[in-house]
Amino acid sequence: MEIVLDAVEKGALSVVGKRVPRVDGAEKATGQAIYVDDISLPKMLYGKVLRSPLAHARIKNVDVSRALCLPGVKVAISAQDLPDTCYGPFIFDTPVLARGKVLYVGDAVAAVAAVDEATALEALALIDVEYEELPPVFDTDFAMDPEAPLVHENQEAYIKTFQAVQKGNICSHTTFIEGDVEAAFNQSDYVYEDSFTTQMVQQTPIETNGTVADYDISGRLTIWTCTQAPHLMQIRICDGLHIPINKIRVVGLRTGGGFGGKVEPKTQIIAAALAQRAGKPVKLVLTRKEEFTVTSPRHSSKITVKTGVSKEGKILARTVKAVFDTGAYADDGPGITGFGGMMSLGPYKIPSYRIDGYCVYTNKMGAGAFRGFGNPQCAFATESHMDMVAERIGIDPVEFRLKNVLQNGDLSVGGIPMPSVGVKECLEKTAKAAGWGKFLGKNRGMGVACLQHISGVLSSSAIVRIHGDGTATVFTGAIDIGQGSDTTLSQIAAEELGLPMEAMSIVAADTASTPYNWAVTASRITRTNGNAVRLAAADAKRQILELAARFLEVSSEELEIVEGQITVKGSPERAMKMHDIGGISHWATRGPIIGSASVMVEGHKYDPEKVIGFPFGTMAGFVFGSHIVEVEVDEATGRVQVVNAVAAHDVGKAVNPTGVEGQIQGGLVQGLGYALFEEIIYDEKGKVINDTMLDYKIPTALDAPNITPLIVEETDPGGPFGAKGVGEPTLVGTAPAIANAVKKATGVRIMDLPLNMEKLWREMKKR
Amino acid sequence: MKATVCFSLNGEKQVVEVDPSRTLLDVIRTDLSLTGTKKGCGDGDCGGCTVLIDGVPYNSCLVLIAKVEGKEVTTIEGLEKNGQMHPIQEAFVNHGAIQCGFCTPGMIMSAKYILDKNPKPTENEIRQGISGNLCRCTGYQKIVEAIGTLAGKEV
Repeated sequence: MEIVLDAVEKGALSVVGKRVPRVDGAEKATGQAIYVDDISLPKMLYGKVLRSPLAHARIKNVDVSRALCLPGVKVAISAQDLPDTCYGPFIFDTPVLARGKVLYVGDAVAAVAAVDEATALEALALIDVEYEELPPVFDTDFAMDPEAPLVHENQEAYIKTFQAVQKGNICSHTTFIEGDVEAAFNQSDYVYEDSFTTQMVQQTPIETNGTVADYDISGRLTIWTCTQAPHLMQIRICDGLHIPINKIRVVGLRTGGGFGGKVEPKTQIIAAALAQRAGKPVKLVLTRKEEFTVTSPRHSSKITVKTGVSKEGKILARTVKAVFDTGAYADDGPGITGFGGMMSLGPYKIPSYRIDGYCVYTNKMGAGAFRGFGNPQCAFATESHMDMVAERIGIDPVEFRLKNVLQNGDLSVGGIPMPSVGVKECLEKTAKAAGWGKFLGKNRGMGVACLQHISGVLSSSAIVRIHGDGTATVFTGAIDIGQGSDTTLSQIAAEELGLPMEAMSIVAADTASTPYNWAVTASRITRTNGNAVRLAAADAKRQILELAARFLEVSSEELEIVEGQITVKGSPERAMKMHDIGGISHWATRGPIIGSASVMVEGHKYDPEKVIGFPFGTMAGFVFGSHIVEVEVDEATGRVQVVNAVAAHDVGKAVNPTGVEGQIQGGLVQGLGYALFEEIIYDEKGKVINDTMLDYKIPTALDAPNITPLIVEETDPGGPFGAKGVGEPTLVGTAPAIANAVKKATGVRIMDLPLNMEKLWREMKKR
Repeated sequence: MKATVCFSLNGEKQVVEVDPSRTLLDVIRTDLSLTGTKKGCGDGDCGGCTVLIDGVPYNSCLVLIAKVEGKEVTTIEGLEKNGQMHPIQEAFVNHGAIQCGFCTPGMIMSAKYILDKNPKPTENEIRQGISGNLCRCTGYQKIVEAIGTLAGKEV
């Protein structure tokens, strides 16, 4: 079982819940923060990757010999220089460099390291590759046809981390079943079915992916990189290059945004392979064009939702069929497809359902995690559908949702009990703050969407060390990619130890010195890693009090730590300073105090008849939210301006309210780009045509509305100080809320993202 | 071919012997080790490399080094004085305007230009003024608020 301490403390909290400024704020504001491209090592070489010009082809031969003859080139490699192996998070289908076939335009075929970038680029042109072109598959409908060419010809041979249900180009089919769904549809007064599509979009962190790798004479590999997951990266490098984990050190530097795009390897393994052969450090940083064409965007999808409703407006049944285009490599696709399916009932109690998620290979870049992990696609479909159903049965969309929202103790898809469900409060607060129902002018409309997500999954660990002067350091594998974990985790430890923030420091994301954390993903750091940090701090605190008890001549249960003083409860004059405890433990007796803890989210077992082909174990820390946006549509152009937005999120306990607000505002605006204009566009040959920030637009300050963030705190008994997560869900509600608002403003229902000017203008013309 | 370029960088005279076709961004990051200025795209689209040239913001990835001959260049490293952050930097830290931090140096340089030009900018003027600086984390609101707190103050 997962757990933890009493989540809800008696008395006031002194650090948790406070608007503490970021601990990494000053270094970032002054330009002192070190990101990967700021690193330069003696004798460092520059790496470049040769990429496939074809979407699907057999590699008949790769010859790097001419490149190696170019002065300044130190290493040139292809798959034949590497172990014959593949890696991946769920399905081991990804070679470090393409072996046998290339599977998309941009697939890595060969790599070079040279004395400077210009020489490395020149060397790429000297690598000879002979291809035999194969028929490509670009569309999931075609890919699922039994006659379609196979992207992976031997997928049953791949190692898998779960019981994958596979067929043809379908690499994973996940099913969730509850109740007799056909009977429930028959009992429904109304049954409606709608189909939606969503587009491929890119994370677009302002810092592109990059790595500096160094391999020493003792066989030790060091990777300095921007990443969301140093420990996960160790495993992938081990799988890809057959270097044992104990010889791999991954140092997560300041990371310029991730949003899912820096979880799985992008540059790390190729840079490591080059450094291994060069005997010198190698820097490999992706260009913006590479970032747009070879990383791991959000899956495009085709989703059909069918819902049965009683005449009172109660939802009785739902089926969902979601097809996700995972591109050339599965990456996180099986997890994303399954998790998106799990979220596709929305935060509503639906007694009977069947959800089918299909993760399908095509010859495009491999799609992966991007803030929401399948939930943005499914929420766009299901929350648009909720409004469409409400309109057909003549109920207000907020009222329809309120009739069906989940409550404390209800079960998730898959049957996990959810002890803290704040969706009703979120919806009521946003409706009130936005003035739901008020008169809006011409071409204006207000739209709502609700959402659920998780924040507890898999394992983490933490160490807290008490120094000789009574200050403390947290050691965590979780990296601060901008979301604020260095600050939040420090606050959690400070609160547990009874120390002020000034007495804390944090060491994060270096596999040589910090304990294991799975990854900064799944909105899980505050809750899952926060539990490990809190338990480690509690372990240190226990040791502090036991030592102090010997000097104060009481039992340790009678002691407490308040503002750095250890005092006898009720007799504050009998006290010791933390400084003294630190000194005594280092120089006189007992030895230095180190607290540690490991946690795993576990306990619930899925019924194998009801949950089939799902790659994850149990989940926890279910979070909820509601977004309401007001839009104004320009009738002449179809341009949508979001003029106002209110978003409420149930975070259990806001450890740092400023940080929570920043997540809400940032996630909502990222969702605005997804809703209105972001889209990776392919030509008929499988090449991305909008590979610059000029052609792939993300929201600017002029696109972003003023956002009112509302914090709802439905305490999670399994979270540190009652806290849950907030990172991803802030994006999830935006696109459906905007589509619903546009419908109100124009009468036009857009069911295919993005809801761009041209699409809306064309539909408005048809009215 | 190399050329000698002489300019002022954060108040100090700099003389560099460089290929004149290189960019200001490349020279300040590589040759002068001022890595606070960031490269997000290299195409002049993201604003991550914004510096002030004679007080006016430029994407330094699009400025050839020869073009700054005789000019005054200010980078993020030029704002703090005697170990004290500039008020704009302090406002960004104190108002939650920083997340990943990669756009922050360029954003702060644009903020400096906004406030230098107009000590009392409106919200819309602030949004216009930073619209060439892309941020993927914050949704811009806390950045706009942080700059707004300095309106009417001596910075």
